[in-house]
Amino acid sequence: MSTDLEQFYEIFFEESSELLADMETCLLRLDVNSPDLEDLNAIFRAAHSIKGGAGTFGFTDMTEMTHMLETLLDKLRKGELEVRSEMVDAFLRAGDIIKGQLAGHRGEGQADPAAAAAVCEELKRLSDETQVSAKENLVSNAKSELMPIEQEVGEIAEMATSSPAEVASGLTYCIEFSSAGINSAAMENLFANLQQLGRLEKVVSTDEKEFCKFKLTTSKSEEDIWETLAFVVDPAKLKIELDLPVRSEINASEAQTLISNVTATASSVGEAESAAANISSEPGYGFFPGAPAAPKNLDGSDLTENSLQPKSIDNGKNDDQAVSNKSSKKASAAAPASEASSIRVSIEKVDQMINLVGELVITQAMLAQTASQFDPVVFEKLHSGMNQLERNTRDLQESVMSIRMMPISFVFSRYPRVVRDLAAKLNKRVELKTVGENTELDKGLIEKIADPLTHLVRNSLDHGIEIPEKRVAAGKSAQGTITLRAFHQGGSIVIEVSDDGAGLNRGKILAKAKERGLPVHDGMTDQEVWLLIFEAGFSTAETVTDVSGRGVGMDVVKRNIQGMGGRIDIESALGVGTRISIRLPLTLAILDGLSVAVGDQMFIVPLNYIVESLQPTAADIKTVSGHGRVVQVRGEYLPVIALHEIFNLHPNVTAVHEGILVILEAEGYKAALFVDDLIGQHQVVIKSLESNYRRVQGVSGATIMGDGKVALILDTAALVMASQQEAV
Amino acid sequence: MPHEQSKIGTIAPSNSITSHLANEFLTFRLGEEEYGIEILKVQEIRGYDSITHIANAPEFIKGVVNLRGIIVPIIDMRIKFRLGNADYDQFTVVIILNVAGRVMGIVVDGVSDVISLGTDQMRPTPGFGSVIDTEYIMGLGTVDERMLILIDIEKLMSSSDMGLIEQSIN
Repeated sequence: MSTDLEQFYEIFFEESSELLADMETCLLRLDVNSPDLEDLNAIFRAAHSIKGGAGTFGFTDMTEMTHMLETLLDKLRKGELEVRSEMVDAFLRAGDIIKGQLAGHRGEGQADPAAAAAVCEELKRLSDETQVSAKENLVSNAKSELMPIEQEVGEIAEMATSSPAEVASGLTYCIEFSSAGINSAAMENLFANLQQLGRLEKVVSTDEKEFCKFKLTTSKSEEDIWETLAFVVDPAKLKIELDLPVRSEINASEAQTLISNVTATASSVGEAESAAANISSEPGYGFFPGAPAAPKNLDGSDLTENSLQPKSIDNGKNDDQAVSNKSSKKASAAAPASEASSIRVSIEKVDQMINLVGELVITQAMLAQTASQFDPVVFEKLHSGMNQLERNTRDLQESVMSIRMMPISFVFSRYPRVVRDLAAKLNKRVELKTVGENTELDKGLIEKIADPLTHLVRNSLDHGIEIPEKRVAAGKSAQGTITLRAFHQGGSIVIEVSDDGAGLNRGKILAKAKERGLPVHDGMTDQEVWLLIFEAGFSTAETVTDVSGRGVGMDVVKRNIQGMGGRIDIESALGVGTRISIRLPLTLAILDGLSVAVGDQMFIVPLNYIVESLQPTAADIKTVSGHGRVVQVRGEYLPVIALHEIFNLHPNVTAVHEGILVILEAEGYKAALFVDDLIGQHQVVIKSLESNYRRVQGVSGATIMGDGKVALILDTAALVMASQQEAV
Repeated sequence: MPHEQSKIGTIAPSNSITSHLANEFLTFRLGEEEYGIEILKVQEIRGYDSITHIANAPEFIKGVVNLRGIIVPIIDMRIKFRLGNADYDQFTVVIILNVAGRVMGIVVDGVSDVISLGTDQMRPTPGFGSVIDTEYIMGLGTVDERMLILIDIEKLMSSSDMGLIEQSIN
């Protein structure tokens, strides 16, 4: 294979992965009873793009598979077939196969040709199936025939209601093409797509004549319109021109023409009319939400309403569907407009930039320290320059750091599939809710959190949610709920996995722990008992299944989370449910800290753990049983942690009341850290000690101070917890 | 016979080139002894300056320094090998090494030079008393009257008794 193509492989692989992910999201969102045309189109487009790319690179297995997908999808979106849940299953499986094939071409693992053939066969069978019943066929035909009318009428209604300002956004293009050889379903589809781009106005009717001409007001570029049309229309017969004067008002005569067009169209579609008439008619309210509110000052609007009324009654059966389709289309139409453009940058480049900015911050701090020694009167300009530099550096740092921040939806989006598959396997009915998908966290954390979260979700599903019969017997709804929630709290991000399942069984866990010889007793707090489930090899499941029960997963979860500097909490009530919350630092790279001095050494205390700092009087310090000092702070007795004792340092002051106490709070416990002096507050770049050295007890990392020296960052939570254990 | 000769003649130079490349050593002094480490493991040489101590670390780990934004641990080889006095003056030198994918520095009494040793100049490790476990000695090198102790620095630095790299078991 030529090297020219090879350099594009990576791009194709990445794009295909993204397209597959999009496809899956659409598939999972797809409601079998009322499939959204736009979703079907999106799936079709994804399959088509992959097919195109695969064809270019000669990956024939992928081309075949996507082709089969396309064939079936095409029938679905044309309304020739009804969407059924088995099709969605087949699509998902096909997606998996393509993913496997992609990995195979990437050189990671092998695709399974047998499985691919099986899925291909199934897709073929599904697409070859004839329509279920004649009546349904008629209805679906009627539906598809009625669609253009409905859209056209909807257009007029919209035109009548929309204010000139709305219309004026973007440019107006004049589009002409020949519709010969394009069937009505494809046309309807095309118009739906064009409506996504902006506002569509027809100049010449499109259903009967071979020649189409219409105007499109959109904020998108001409290329976007080309792309949309090129799927259906022969590019040679397509003409797009910029129509400069933006049309903002509709004159009466044009509205009249349009309406007469609609009536003509409607009557010509006899089949649709009769099919619709067969079905019991319902009142047509709500068919065109915009129409009744049409302002009377537009001349054509009365007429619009009049001609609408009878039609909507005729279309009674389709009302609900049509309205829901329309509203969802409107919702999705709004989305592309706000979609920001983006570029693809390798993560190394971003990391390098972050490192460089980190260096810049250090240099700036160093300069600031030097400059502060100069006389502020003589060197006024230097000082104002330094201030500006500091501001700019901080802004730059913040914006660079934000590059690494990604919404957690990147992780959450994979779980609907996991839950769907697993629930089907376990014969459980589960709904997955996600809250706070837009919560942002560091990309490094995003990657690492995925596996532990998967374990927790699977665990909730397998052990938490009961089978429907049991749930009903317990007076709950048959369908269980798993909620994934993410939010910021203080300097951390909290991710919760909660279920409304059986909850943890204290007695069972304790019994199992005793059986395994773990050091447990009946007086343990619930919190301590729940944490036992994270012990290696611990499982209360009676049988080992391929889903869970070996007691490996939760142990790995705990270790992964701790590796990220995070903590896990469990809340559970028997019969009500369980909530597992993971608390992670917002970012791995930067921290607000207070620098403290002990002897000739400097340490950084993370600011988010500090409650206050104070200088105690000698009377506030008490000893407990001869050693172990406590300090009384507003009625509370807090253990005193002497930093110099922990780190074997030579302090300048040894009497507590001569130094400073920094009151720390972590995990709900408080302690007082005894240091010589406070130096100042800094924003520091966290550097890993472990990359070249090893983990040090009581230290979570290191940073470089303004003078180029290294200062260690204290692992506050560990210090506080250690003091608590001593106290107990 | 002449034919044989030419054959040897063509092979010999290429051999000496490879051995030449593989056997360049940076020599340094620890107390009275001279040591050599593979030059390819050395990243740079710098002076000894302010070090941040690490709590509860072994005595030979002096602490960490900032090497252009990277936190680098510094090991005093004189303390580790109990050789000479661990004085810090203007001649004290830190050799920054790049071993096992990590960056670390070693404090030595002074750096001498870079020499290349042929295979004929290298002797096997004697099996008797040495402050370093003979496991970490590649061999002894002789240059004129000097004797060099050649250390397998990578093996030494990644060994568990240095405690530099966290062992996977715990």
